[in-house]
Amino acid sequence: MLTLDQVVPGTAVVVEKVGGARSFRRRLMELGIIPGTRVEVLRVAPFGDPLELTARGCNLSIRASEAQQVEVERADARHSVPAEMRRSASWVPPSARQSQVPAARQSLVPAARKSRVPGLAKSSP
Amino acid sequence: MSVARAAGEVTDAADTELERRASDRSEPLPLLLLVGNPNVGKTSLFNRLARRNERVGNYPGVTVERRTAEMALPGGRRALVADVPGAYSLSARSSEEQIALQAVLGWGDNPRPDLVVVVVDAGQLVRNLYLVLQLIELRVPLLVALNMVDEAGERAPDAEALGQRLGVTCVATNARAGGGLEDLQRAIAARLERPLPPKLHVSYPAELIRDADAVADALPRAWRGSVERDRALSLWALTSLDPDDELVGIPAELRQRCAEVLERAGSRDTDREIIESRYRCLELTLAGLAGVGANAPARHGVSVTERIDRALLHPAYGFAVFLAIMLVVFQSLFAWADPLMSGIEDLFGSLHGLVVNYLPGGFLRDLITFGVIDGVGNVVVFLPQICLLFLFIGLLEDSGYMARVAYLMDRALRAVGLHGRAFVPMMSGFACAVPAIMATRTMERRRDRLLTMLVVPLMSCSARLPVYTLLIGALFPPSHVFGFVPVQGLLMVAMYVFSTSIALIAAAVLGRTLVRGPSVPLILELPPYRWPGVPSVLKMVWLRARSFLREAGTVILGFTIVMWVLLSYPKPAPDAALVAGPAVTSPVTASSPPEVAAGAPAVNPPGADVASEGAREASALEQSFGGRLGKVLEPALAPLGFDWKIGVGIIGAFAAREVFVSVLGMVYGLGEIGDDQLAPLRERMRAETHANGRPVYTPLVGLSLMVFFALACQCMSTLAVVRRETQSWRWPVFMFGYMTSLAWVMSFIVYQGGRALGF
Repeated sequence: MLTLDQVVPGTAVVVEKVGGARSFRRRLMELGIIPGTRVEVLRVAPFGDPLELTARGCNLSIRASEAQQVEVERADARHSVPAEMRRSASWVPPSARQSQVPAARQSLVPAARKSRVPGLAKSSP
Repeated sequence: MSVARAAGEVTDAADTELERRASDRSEPLPLLLLVGNPNVGKTSLFNRLARRNERVGNYPGVTVERRTAEMALPGGRRALVADVPGAYSLSARSSEEQIALQAVLGWGDNPRPDLVVVVVDAGQLVRNLYLVLQLIELRVPLLVALNMVDEAGERAPDAEALGQRLGVTCVATNARAGGGLEDLQRAIAARLERPLPPKLHVSYPAELIRDADAVADALPRAWRGSVERDRALSLWALTSLDPDDELVGIPAELRQRCAEVLERAGSRDTDREIIESRYRCLELTLAGLAGVGANAPARHGVSVTERIDRALLHPAYGFAVFLAIMLVVFQSLFAWADPLMSGIEDLFGSLHGLVVNYLPGGFLRDLITFGVIDGVGNVVVFLPQICLLFLFIGLLEDSGYMARVAYLMDRALRAVGLHGRAFVPMMSGFACAVPAIMATRTMERRRDRLLTMLVVPLMSCSARLPVYTLLIGALFPPSHVFGFVPVQGLLMVAMYVFSTSIALIAAAVLGRTLVRGPSVPLILELPPYRWPGVPSVLKMVWLRARSFLREAGTVILGFTIVMWVLLSYPKPAPDAALVAGPAVTSPVTASSPPEVAAGAPAVNPPGADVASEGAREASALEQSFGGRLGKVLEPALAPLGFDWKIGVGIIGAFAAREVFVSVLGMVYGLGEIGDDQLAPLRERMRAETHANGRPVYTPLVGLSLMVFFALACQCMSTLAVVRRETQSWRWPVFMFGYMTSLAWVMSFIVYQGGRALGF
C-alpha cells in the first residue's frame, strides 16, 4: 500500500485514508485533504524532510513521518470509487482526469526512494 | 501553561477599554469582527477599514495580538473593527485556537460582535469556505469579503452568485489595492441595519446527528441558543475536545459526554464524517459555479510561484539564496543599525551633559540624568534594531518567503524541539535578544514561542562582543596556533560556537521538560509569492515599536533607575560626594590617573583623603549597594575565579552587558572607559593581583569569565521584554534563574577543571 511519503515528487495521487494522530488527521482533513482528494507531491526539502504538496490549489508542507500516515493511490490507477465520492459533485472519473505529469515520471516507487524509508513496513494499516 | 491566564485580568482591562468606552456612550458603536484563514489579506483589509483610535492589545487570557480600531461607514456612521488571528477552522486544541470561536460568539470577556466579516481568498475558495460554513452553522450574522479577486483572475467566482448560493451577502474586494472597499462598507452598513441570519444547512449522517444531540444535552446553559447553534457547538466539541487538549473553560460534564459519545461511536471516525459532510455540502453548493472546482488543476500549476519555488527551494542554490537573504537580515541588525544606535547614544549623552551643566547638583539632577535620561536612552537605543528586524520580518512574511524559511529549516530545528519559524528569532539573537524575542510573535503556538524565547538570550548578542574583546585582548597573546591560526580570533569563534551549542542543547532539554506541549504536527501552508504591501508592513513596524516603547520601555526605565541607585548609593562621606558625583558616569577619561594603578583602590577606607578623582570614584563604587553586593557575592564567585571587583562589574553589567567594561574601569579607578580606549584597562587588569601576590586575571579566569558572560542572563531589557511578551513575571524570573545557574555551573567546570589540569 502506497503512502504519501513514498510518492516520487512530481506525481499526482488520490488520498485513500488519512491516518496518524488525531490533531494531524483533523487539521489535514479540514484543509480539504480528505479521501478522494487529488494531491500532488511537489518536492522534498533539502534535508530530506518535510515534503511539499499541492491540493485544492493550495501548497502545503508536512513532515515525512506524518506523510507516512496518509494512504494514497496513483491518480490514474484508481478504478473503484467509494459510494460517497460518487455522490460528490466534484468527483471526476479517473479517465476524465487530466494528468499533469508526463508518463515517464509516473513510476511511483523507485528502488532508491523505497530503501530510504525504513519505517515502511510499520506504516499503519 | 496558565501563565497568560493568570495575568489575563490585567490585560483584559486594557484590551476591552475601547469597546467599553464605546458602550458607555448613549448609542454604542457596533462591533465588527474580521475573521479568515491566514494569508488572505485580513491585515490589509483591516488597515483599509481602520481609520482612527487604532490600538494593539491581547486577547483576554492569552498573549495573542488583538487589534481594534474605529472605522467610518457610509452616512457618517461609525463602527469598531477588531481582527481575529488567522484560522483555517473554528475547531481548536489550544487556548490560542479557541480565540476564534470565543471572539465570534462573544464569550468570556470578549464583546459580542454585531457582524462577522469573513475574509475569503477567491483563489482558494473551497478551503476558505470551510470556515465560512462553520460560521454559517453557528448562525452568527455574517458577511463574506471575497478578497484577492484580482489575483485569482478567472478562478474567482462571481461574488453575487456565490452569495446567493451561500445565502449570505458576499462582496468582491481587493484589499491590497483598495478595490471594492466602498461596496464592502455599504454592505456592512446594510447588514448592521438589517441582520440576515444565514440559513444554509449541512446534511450529516443520521448517526452523527444522534451523537451531536447527545452532546447538546451536556452543553452549559450559557452556550445554548437555537437548535442549529447547539448542534454546531456539539460538533465543535466533538472535533475539538480531547483528553490532552489545552482548551479553557470547558465544563467537565461536556468533556465527559463527548468522551462517552466518542467511545460509543467505536470504529466510526466522527472527525472524518463531520469534515467530509461539510466539504460535500460545499461542493454541492458550489457545483457549476464558474471558476470553482474542488479538484481543479493546481493553483500553482506552473505558475510564477512554482517557478520561483523551483529555484528558491532547490536543495543546492535555493539554500545559497536562503543563506544570502539571512546574511542581509543579520548584517542589517549588526552593522546598519549601528550608526543609528550610536547616534541615539550620543544624543542622550549630550542631553545628559546639558542637564548636568544647567541644573544644580544634587539628588534631583542625578535622578534626571542618571535615572530618567539614561533610562529613556536605554529604551530608545533598541528602536533601530527592532524596526529593522520587523521591517525584514514583515517583508519576508508578506512576500510568502517566511513560510519557506520554516520549510527549509524545519528538519534542522526540529532535532532540538524548535519550530522551523524559530530560525529568524534565533539568528536575530546574535544581534540583540530584545528584537529577537519580539520576533517570536511569528510563531503561532504559545509553547513554540515560549521555548524560543527562553533560549534566544543564550545566543551571543552584540553586547557581549566588547566584553569578549576586552578579555581576549587582555589575557591571551596575539600568537598563532599551527603557525597561522590566530589564537584570539579562534577564541572569538569558539565563544560563538559555544553559546549557539548551549542554546540548542537548552532548547532540547527545556522542550522535553518544562515547556513540553502536546506534539503538534507541522502543517505549513506555503502561500503564493506576492509583492509585500509596504504601507501595511510599515504600519506593523510602527505598532510593534510603539508597543515596545510603551510596555517594555517602562520596565527598562524602572530597572535603569534601580541600577543607578545600586551603584551610586549610599554616597561616600560628603566631601568626596561633592566632587565625585555618582559613580556610574563621570567626565574623567581613562588617561588621567596613572598613579591609581599603584594606589590599590580596594583598601581605601570610607572617607579617606583620596588623591585623584578616579580613586574617589572607585571608593564610592565600593561603598555603594552594588559594591557591597559584590563583596557579599564574593564567596559565591570565588570558585569561578572571580574576586569582588569582577563581581561589581557583573552586577553593573546587568544594566547592559557592555557596561561591564566601564564599571571595571571605575572599579580600578580609571574613570570611564570607552570601547576604543581599552589599552589602559588591559594593562591594569594584567597588573591586578590578589592579596597573596597571585595575578587575578589569568587566561583561565578570562575563559571562565567569558563563559559566564556567554550564559548568564545579565540583561534587564531582555527580562523586561519577556515579561511583556508572556504577560507574567514567572518566565523572566525563571529565565534569569536557569541562565544564571547554568553560567555559574559552566564557569565552575571551566575554572576548577582548568585548575585541576594544571593551568
